[in-house]
Amino acid sequence: MISIRNVSKWYGEFQALKKCSTEVDKGEVVVICGPSGSGKSTLIKCVNGLELFQEGEIWVDGISVADRKTDLPKLRSRVGMVFQHFELFPHLSILDNITLAQSRVLGRSKKQAVEKAVQLLEMVGLAEQRPKFPAQLSGGQQQRVAIARALAMDPIAMLFDEPTSALDPEMINEVLDVMVNLAQSGMTMLVVTHEMGFAKRVADRVIFMDRGEVVEDRPKQIFFENPETDRARQFLSKILTH
Amino acid sequence: MAFDWSAIPGSLPILWQGMLVTLQITLVGVLVGILVGTLLALFRLSPNRLLSWLSAAYVTVFRSIPLVMVLFWFHLILIPLLAGLLFPGQRLELRFITALAAFSLFEASYYAEIIRAGILSVTKGQFNAGLALGMNRRQVMRLVVLPQALRRMVPLLLTQAIILFQDSTLVYVINLDDFFRKAYNVGNTVGTLNELILFAGAVYLVICTLASGCVRQLHRRLTVLPVK
Ligand SMILES: Nc1ncnc2c1ncn2[C@@H]1O[C@H](COP(=O)(O)OP(=O)(O)O)[C@@H](O)[C@H]1O
Ligand SMILES: [Mg+2]
Repeated sequence: MISIRNVSKWYGEFQALKKCSTEVDKGEVVVICGPSGSGKSTLIKCVNGLELFQEGEIWVDGISVADRKTDLPKLRSRVGMVFQHFELFPHLSILDNITLAQSRVLGRSKKQAVEKAVQLLEMVGLAEQRPKFPAQLSGGQQQRVAIARALAMDPIAMLFDEPTSALDPEMINEVLDVMVNLAQSGMTMLVVTHEMGFAKRVADRVIFMDRGEVVEDRPKQIFFENPETDRARQFLSKILTH
Repeated sequence: MAFDWSAIPGSLPILWQGMLVTLQITLVGVLVGILVGTLLALFRLSPNRLLSWLSAAYVTVFRSIPLVMVLFWFHLILIPLLAGLLFPGQRLELRFITALAAFSLFEASYYAEIIRAGILSVTKGQFNAGLALGMNRRQVMRLVVLPQALRRMVPLLLTQAIILFQDSTLVYVINLDDFFRKAYNVGNTVGTLNELILFAGAVYLVICTLASGCVRQLHRRLTVLPVK
């Protein structure tokens, strides 16, 4: 479903990604972890073309992201993305946040869009909040709305960039629960997170990145029990005892 | 020194005529200024080098020239030239049009900078969130970024409108009868110029003070509103 092949990216002189490769099959859940600044966000943003890369290829559902002829907005409309800082639109109500792209991008009727939004808000337990504005919700609630907003586009895969790291500890689980349900429902997911509990529960594979490189890419069992590199081992011991 | 206010009540209808001109210049200047200013800001921020450069040049030129001169040039050169091209041989009353055009285009350069700052204050994250949902750049600008930018800019935009309201008195240099010039003319004719100018000043003072108060209230309300 998502295929990343030898991707390198530079910001000016600085190389942020060094020949990164991995695959995410349909229905797979892949977790990316690694120290801050290791290129996780950059890599995940390359997948839906929010960042450009200079070398390598990324294919999403058979479509090349790097191909100049690719209709990037169309591709992005089929891949959901959830951000660290939620990025709900503050000037729109919760309901309008979820219906905006449905009507403007997919051309759904108002009725269809609202129905879909309400159904998803119910799924994330926030149906009552629909007339409110983002600033009136807690961080955990905002992130659940952001997930609903992405799902409203009926994506073929979902990208998450540290979805819980801006949250107060007591709100992390309400978001992770939604993500676990999503994973178990068969959604293809590429998730940057340091929540190793989440990785242990639902991930198929875990990728460890450091200094722009994919250092490890293993089935989760093997990654947690017997990481190959010292860098991964050190990283794991740091965040697991944390 | 004794004041003689007796000329004022009788000349209120005339003064009101002048006030209408003042208000029209202000209103058109603000509306067209914001419209053109928004376009200039979008051009300035666009990846198209030429558009960006043209917009920057426009803003720099207009912000570097005193408004009085802009009015003069429009009055003496630009508008007569355009009128000569469009309606050759006709004698037209162009001073009001001149004032509207000069103020609109002059104010646009100030609004452009206010709006550009507003757009830049909306984060990259918001832009990316719009793109990630499949919207194209235009849609993200129109549906996500501009509404937030303009909302944040409302107090500044209105403050600029109050400045424009005061600056509109400068139309006396092209002999256009706005509120101030009507008051001046009445005072001159009746012989109580000091009183009329004091009165006019008081009117500007009251209107601007009230308007500033409203802007402050609005600013307070907007900052409580759910706008990050
Ligand atoms: N827009 C940018 N311009 C320049 N350097 C950047 C930019 N974005 C990220 N970087 C750099 O690229 C590296 C990887 O960043 P990022 O992908 O955000 O890391 P992570 O998400 O793993 O913390 C960092 O060193 C960061 O400073
Ligand atoms: Mg990051």
